[in-house]
Amino acid sequence: MSETVDARTPLLELRGINTHYGAVHILKDVDLAIYPGELVCLLGGNASGKSTTLKTLLGMVTPTTGDVVLDGEVVNDKPTSYRVERGVTMVPENRRLFKRLSVKENLELGAYLRNDRDGIEEDLERIYGMFPRVKERLNQKSGTLSGGEQQMVAMGRALMANPRVLLMDEPSMGLAPALVQTNFELIRQIHEEGVAIFMVEQNANMALSIADRGWVLQTGRVVLDDTAPNLLANPELRASYLGEGDR
Amino acid sequence: MSTTEETTEILPSRDALDQDWRKVGNHGLLLGLALIFVSLANMPVSLDTRTIIEPLLSMGYLSLIWIPVVMGFVVSSEKVLEGIAYHDKGAREVAAGGLVGLIGGLGLSLLVILLDTFNLRDPLVNWSPALLELLHFDNGIGFGVVIWPVIGSGLGLFGGALHVLPSVARTVVGWIVGAVLVVAVFETVIMDLLTERLPFEFITDWFYFIRGGLSQQGAITVAIIGGALGYLRVLGQRGVVPTPVQNYKQLAGPERARANTLVIIACGIATAILPLLLGRITNELLANVGLFVLLALGLNIVVGLAGILDLGYVAFFAVGGYATAILTSPNRGESWPDWMPQSHWFVALIVVILFAILTGLFIGAPVIRMRGDYLAIVTLGFGEIIRLLFLSDWLGGYTGGAQGVTNIPGVDLGFVEIKGTDPRAVFYLVAVFCAIAIYVSWRLENSRLGRAWMAIREDESVAEAMGINTVNAKLMAFVVGAVLASFSGAIFAAKVGSVFPTSFIILVSIVILVVVIVGGMGNILGVIAGAAVLIGVLGGPKQPGLLAEFSEFKLLIYGALLIFMMLKRPEGLVPNVRRTRELHQDEFLQDAWLRSQVDADEEDGAPSGEVAPA
Repeated sequence: MSETVDARTPLLELRGINTHYGAVHILKDVDLAIYPGELVCLLGGNASGKSTTLKTLLGMVTPTTGDVVLDGEVVNDKPTSYRVERGVTMVPENRRLFKRLSVKENLELGAYLRNDRDGIEEDLERIYGMFPRVKERLNQKSGTLSGGEQQMVAMGRALMANPRVLLMDEPSMGLAPALVQTNFELIRQIHEEGVAIFMVEQNANMALSIADRGWVLQTGRVVLDDTAPNLLANPELRASYLGEGDR
Repeated sequence: MSTTEETTEILPSRDALDQDWRKVGNHGLLLGLALIFVSLANMPVSLDTRTIIEPLLSMGYLSLIWIPVVMGFVVSSEKVLEGIAYHDKGAREVAAGGLVGLIGGLGLSLLVILLDTFNLRDPLVNWSPALLELLHFDNGIGFGVVIWPVIGSGLGLFGGALHVLPSVARTVVGWIVGAVLVVAVFETVIMDLLTERLPFEFITDWFYFIRGGLSQQGAITVAIIGGALGYLRVLGQRGVVPTPVQNYKQLAGPERARANTLVIIACGIATAILPLLLGRITNELLANVGLFVLLALGLNIVVGLAGILDLGYVAFFAVGGYATAILTSPNRGESWPDWMPQSHWFVALIVVILFAILTGLFIGAPVIRMRGDYLAIVTLGFGEIIRLLFLSDWLGGYTGGAQGVTNIPGVDLGFVEIKGTDPRAVFYLVAVFCAIAIYVSWRLENSRLGRAWMAIREDESVAEAMGINTVNAKLMAFVVGAVLASFSGAIFAAKVGSVFPTSFIILVSIVILVVVIVGGMGNILGVIAGAAVLIGVLGGPKQPGLLAEFSEFKLLIYGALLIFMMLKRPEGLVPNVRRTRELHQDEFLQDAWLRSQVDADEEDGAPSGEVAPA
């Protein structure tokens, strides 16, 4: 399966990325490519550089060397807004809604860079269709929602940008086990609509169960790059994550 | 499991002696300390010259007597939480109020004795015979010692009794007290309004005493009118009588919009006509309020909308003032070349706007990279730097150093020259710029940029991830704020006719911030109300307000008001719907959490799932 995928141009790609925070070398020669419509995940423990990878993709962190490539174009010096406009959107860790703004305002802010009024209305309706509970709470302050509802709003907010690839930072973080399940269900649902998903996760079992492919990041270096079934079967990964890391 | 709505149980009221003695004692001691503090801060003596009701009550005594009433009320106030039983109010609450008042009054008795026995004038400058005389009502020490516990308990009893009064009576009492105070405080304005141009001396003669303060018949009349209005309000709330406010609230859609337009037009007409009826002093006051409204609207954008706590906002006011001064005055610093013309105010204004934008960018660029406390401290520094630059030898040749720039001409409109000697004209000029500022604020609040600001205020990193250019948006907030402040500075320079570095001290920044916070952050109407109350009634950093006697206590009151507002009413005088939702969030969550705990306990302590404390 990976051969057919590789034949197309990657939607978003990192080529030989090195990133430093001050003198600390965070990312070391990271290469990865996300193809249109696929669901991939980046696994790694604490401080392995997962979030930095994500921020590099979105342009919130500038790499020391290497290129970020969007649709074949090097976008190293392009701002976040440029990438968001072209369909790269993030769902931040822990949802991070604008807690004191209403649900509706949150959703509208997701579409901040869009000017097509009709398209925005249409997408709002689409999101209400996906999450009927969100529609019931449009004028409520988003901070008062339950964890599950907040997750829906966070997803909805990201979808309002009309993304081609969703970058998800630790979608299972800080959620009750039952909600994690629902959440991954949501991710699968969004993926089925044709949105590529790049998921950063510590919960390797759960992530690999829905992903096509994955990478494993260890102290800033990609140590494994394989299809999800292979990774699940990989003894090394099993030893380091799935054995005791399974939550 | 019981339904949460029904768990609140009301228990019968308690006996007068069934007290929480520790609480009563604490409140009593606190009251005593407060009374002694106010006395030694010299409020009673300084404010004694201002009469409220002749000859019964002066502002001086008022500064003492309101405290026991409030304390007597507060001691029995409790927060009614859903699911937790509470007692009906009764004899216990009244008695608690009286006891607190008694203990507090004993504090003043102690002060009377101490004042008579020792001379502590050296550390305590207000330790004066005048204070002693005031405290014993010129009737001797014995009288003073005895009378204060009596007065204190009386007032405390009254405060406690407010709990027991039916809500109608409470509202009516509130309105009576409020009406008397308002009519007394606004004496200057009312006198001015009714007698300057209009022939209504007979009304003011009825209400006011010749040397100031309400006459007794006037006070009674005001009390009756106030009480009647309060009662009408109660009827209105119960829907017995229709009230304009409720009618307005029921309007929807285009009708509401039409009503809004009417209100705005009415306000506009009132603003246009009112100054014509008023005399110099009141117009001067209005002009000062207007200058601060302009400043506060600008800061409101920076702090209220974008969430950037700028403590050096006065810098932009200073830039506006100095740029206008230098461009229009013949008496500017000697280093300017001779060929530099004296421009007209409006020409200068264009340069001022450019300068304000540049200063906004110049200060904003380094500052917006910081967040929270760091940002606040750095802006504080910049505010001082700008002032010190104007004062410095380095720029002294251009800015006049400590001598400042004087002889600034007014705004020549051809048919009239707007300058400080004609406060009415100044007010009109200020009003025009306020209208512009209000319009700009209103449009911005509902714009794309406004939404970006709110997102940044909530969570800057996520705002960035949404594709909002946070650097640009924050710079825009700085620049818009700077331009509005510079307008105020430009008018200030033309009004006062001179600018000095001391006109732009850090206190101005603080006062503007207090105006914004007290009025209600992020709320245009609130900011105007805040400026009217603080600058109009208490006075600005250098401008006297209606209560000119308060000028030495201005900072004390600002500080007290700020603390009170932050604790009890963080949404400000005129709350913004959204902000209220934001600020009382924690209480809401707390209640919800508590409720879930109560439920959980009833279910044998099973932890409840969804709602966690904030």
